[in-house]
Amino acid sequence: MIPTALEFQLLLPVLIIAAGILISLIIEMFSSKSEKILPWFSIALFVSTAYYSLLTVGHERIIFNSMLAAGGTANIFFFVFTFGAAIVTLISIDYIKKIGMYYGEYYILLQSAVLGMMLMANAQDLVMIFMGLEQMSVCFYILAGFNRKKIKSNEAAMKYFLLGAFATGFIVYGIALMYGVAQTMSIPAIANGLLIYSDNIIFVAGLLLFIIGFSFKIAAVPFHMWVPDVYQGSPTSITALMSTGGKAAAFSSLLIIFTPLFATTQSTLFQPYLVVIATLSMLLGSIVAIAQTDLKRMLAYSSISHAGYILIGVAAGSELGIASVIFYLSAYTFMNLGTFGIISMIENKDEGNLSLNDYSGLGNKKPMLAALLAIFMFALAGIPPFAGFFGKYYVFIAAIESNLTWLAIVGVLSSVISIYFYLRVVVVMYFQKDENILNVEDSSPALLGIMISALLVIVMGIAPGSIINLISNFVK
Amino acid sequence: MENNFLLTYLLLTPLVGGFLLLLIPSQKKQFIKNAGLGISLIAFVISLIIYFNFDQSKPDFQFVQKFVWIENFNISYFVGVDGLSLILVLLTTFLTPLTLLSSWSSIQHKVKEFTFFMLLLQVGMLGVFVSLDLFMFYIFWEAMLIPMYFIIGIWGGGRRIYASVKFFIYTMLGSLLMLVAIIWLAVFASNELGYFTTNLLELYKIGPNVPHEIQKWMFLAFALSFAIKVPIFPLHTWLPDAHVEAPTAGSVILAGVLLKMGTYGLIRFCLPLFPQASIDIAPMMSILAIIGIIYGALVAMVQKDMKKLVAYSSVSHLGFVVLGIFSFTHEAMQGAVIQMVNHGLSTGALFLLVGVVYERTHTREISDYGGIAKVVPIFSVAFLFAILSSVGLPGLNGFIGEFLILLGAFKSPVLNSWWYSIFAASGVIFAAVYLLWMYQRVVFGELNTNPKLDHLTDMNARELIVIIPIFFFIVWIGVYPSTFLNISDATVSNLINQVLNTPLSVVK
Repeated sequence: MIPTALEFQLLLPVLIIAAGILISLIIEMFSSKSEKILPWFSIALFVSTAYYSLLTVGHERIIFNSMLAAGGTANIFFFVFTFGAAIVTLISIDYIKKIGMYYGEYYILLQSAVLGMMLMANAQDLVMIFMGLEQMSVCFYILAGFNRKKIKSNEAAMKYFLLGAFATGFIVYGIALMYGVAQTMSIPAIANGLLIYSDNIIFVAGLLLFIIGFSFKIAAVPFHMWVPDVYQGSPTSITALMSTGGKAAAFSSLLIIFTPLFATTQSTLFQPYLVVIATLSMLLGSIVAIAQTDLKRMLAYSSISHAGYILIGVAAGSELGIASVIFYLSAYTFMNLGTFGIISMIENKDEGNLSLNDYSGLGNKKPMLAALLAIFMFALAGIPPFAGFFGKYYVFIAAIESNLTWLAIVGVLSSVISIYFYLRVVVVMYFQKDENILNVEDSSPALLGIMISALLVIVMGIAPGSIINLISNFVK
Repeated sequence: MENNFLLTYLLLTPLVGGFLLLLIPSQKKQFIKNAGLGISLIAFVISLIIYFNFDQSKPDFQFVQKFVWIENFNISYFVGVDGLSLILVLLTTFLTPLTLLSSWSSIQHKVKEFTFFMLLLQVGMLGVFVSLDLFMFYIFWEAMLIPMYFIIGIWGGGRRIYASVKFFIYTMLGSLLMLVAIIWLAVFASNELGYFTTNLLELYKIGPNVPHEIQKWMFLAFALSFAIKVPIFPLHTWLPDAHVEAPTAGSVILAGVLLKMGTYGLIRFCLPLFPQASIDIAPMMSILAIIGIIYGALVAMVQKDMKKLVAYSSVSHLGFVVLGIFSFTHEAMQGAVIQMVNHGLSTGALFLLVGVVYERTHTREISDYGGIAKVVPIFSVAFLFAILSSVGLPGLNGFIGEFLILLGAFKSPVLNSWWYSIFAASGVIFAAVYLLWMYQRVVFGELNTNPKLDHLTDMNARELIVIIPIFFFIVWIGVYPSTFLNISDATVSNLINQVLNTPLSVVK
């Protein structure tokens, strides 16, 4: 069947980015001022896509011969990816100049990675999920090693590539097994026969392999080994996107697979697996983060523990759970982007100033940055009235409603542990005497990006009503 | 006629005021101090207006205002006061301007931030007392930690980092378990009523329906959070650290209001939501309260640091309040409510006065002092007054509360034993011992030749202005307590009926 004009129109968010990538390539090739033009072009691209995604969120349907979905949760994810990427671009402008890694490909790869994420969020076919995943991952492999003169960056890229390829292997194998049983790659078609397939051990094994592959991508324990090194070694702006958009995209694919399953009587088929990795991720992430002195590494472990909280929502296996996952991911995206934005501003050109002690006395030297970082830390720790708190409230409701009260208790205990290391950042900034001389180069685009994140974090904490409404309207 | 916006104005005044203060340049210290004081005085006036328009004969919530906040979870901005919350609102708005005034000269750096955090703290405390939605209550309960954390951490003493982090994590541990209990209750409500709700008035109706076994766990989850705040023995270890390291204003607010949030929570949430469990667990809580009374007093007796002594005396005094709450008699509960106010006033005054000398001598060690009566006569009189109030001298406020609590506990049908009162009464004696002994060592005897005392001067006019209003109320409550008892009378009667009249079949 030939796609109709309406279908193209509904796919516009993806098409805008795809066209943008081509235009960016041309700008980079022919313009001598590409360094100045490209970032702002990317931002315009991302923001317009974000806007258009929200505009068409209500037009929910399956398009392109049931290859893709349009509207609904896919568009909410589009918004998170593109708006997040716009903030990442703002952060990158001065950052990549500062550490001397400006190459035109940077912004183009960023756009391509976002395109991959979008395909992961609106796929309705196993092949599309795989394509999107690879598109995103390959861009990330390159971007992780983008600071090519630094050995750490190279190490990060290599590790990420090897383990990422390994995880991809699991996913492909899982797809193959599922295809073998179901004789189709189309997710709606698989969903129709899910009750029959879920008795088939080969299909379940395929699905499990698929989920394990994605457990790598969302950085859940015990598949988290790559996270600390990659997050630490990659350029900070790339870590920001990887830990937010990348994680959200992987979760969006998981939800696409799980949503049909939750609608059947087999909704708790993978609950044992999910609760185990959720528990391990929350606790290990929080506990190991305490021992870190490098801020990026600490946030890597924090990101592992947040994957655990989000998995609580998945494990709940209900509509409420899915909605809570989407809310949590959006909140987490902006909290983390803001944090990494501040880190990128404070980092100096030799990738120094990354340890916790370098932040001592920041409250006196850079009151604005310190106050913003404190907000993000309280938000990540889940203290009201910021977005992180409401995210946790939401996933805990989902857990308790699905009779997983004990998992919620594990969640709060791990939150208490995590408060220690988040608070330590505040302690260092405000309560300790400043001994070192910190030279922070001002960057107004980055500050703008950070302030937008902070605003969203506060708004999503104080008035989450309309966002929850939006999400829960489209979760079925 | 009721003006329903009054409570919202009360919350908004320090909130908006605090953020407006941030716009003023930091150099204008005096202006910022005046503005902070002015804002907190406006809040005090608003709370007085509420008091004068409050109908004391009704047990219901008054000045109720409700807006939908988060539709999907049926969460509303829902505020209202009854006698119990009103009296604590008044205590909060009364103490805040005094603490701001008391830190006039002791807080010299980052004045703007200090005033900002104090006002934010006030919003948090008021929010806790007026919230009628559990979600909203929880937001204020937690958010309030942030300003207190900064107040201890930035303006505190030598071990401030340790104290502030300990304070924060300790409190969070309790409150996060309460969060799980709140959600559990809301989910339970959605099974009973058909919709998810955290509305306190609706939960009052369905709380008693929670199965008996689970009710105990729910009670404990809530009570743990409140017990840490009170603090009830053995969860008190954060308190001495936080008190000793906090600046004077922080200590006064901590002792005066923050600790009352714990006992307030017990009365407002634990008892009416889980009546059967409360009655079952009452003997255990009362025993812990009595251990707290005696243990706090004994530990206070051996303290070398004045502030630490007063901090441990708080553990002891709040034991009385908890005993009063779990006696389930009208007298004891009324005593508990008035004792919350008393403790806020007496201990607040003690911390203020210790702060006065500390500011001049930079030492709080009792052994560094001695015989200062000759140097600072006015201070010595004021200090004696505060101590006698704390000891419970008849004619001053402390006596009224302790007497009512002991009387109520004596004839309590739930505790059903004299021993509670007998052991608790020993706390009154111990209080006289440790407080008067400290007074004797600090004020009487030969003047200590310690060079630290060289700069000791008597209280100035500003410090007297801070302390005299507190003394005024100490005497008022001591001589004519009805003014204050009447506020909470109807509420307390209603509450006791609510708890004791749950179906007897469920109560053992």
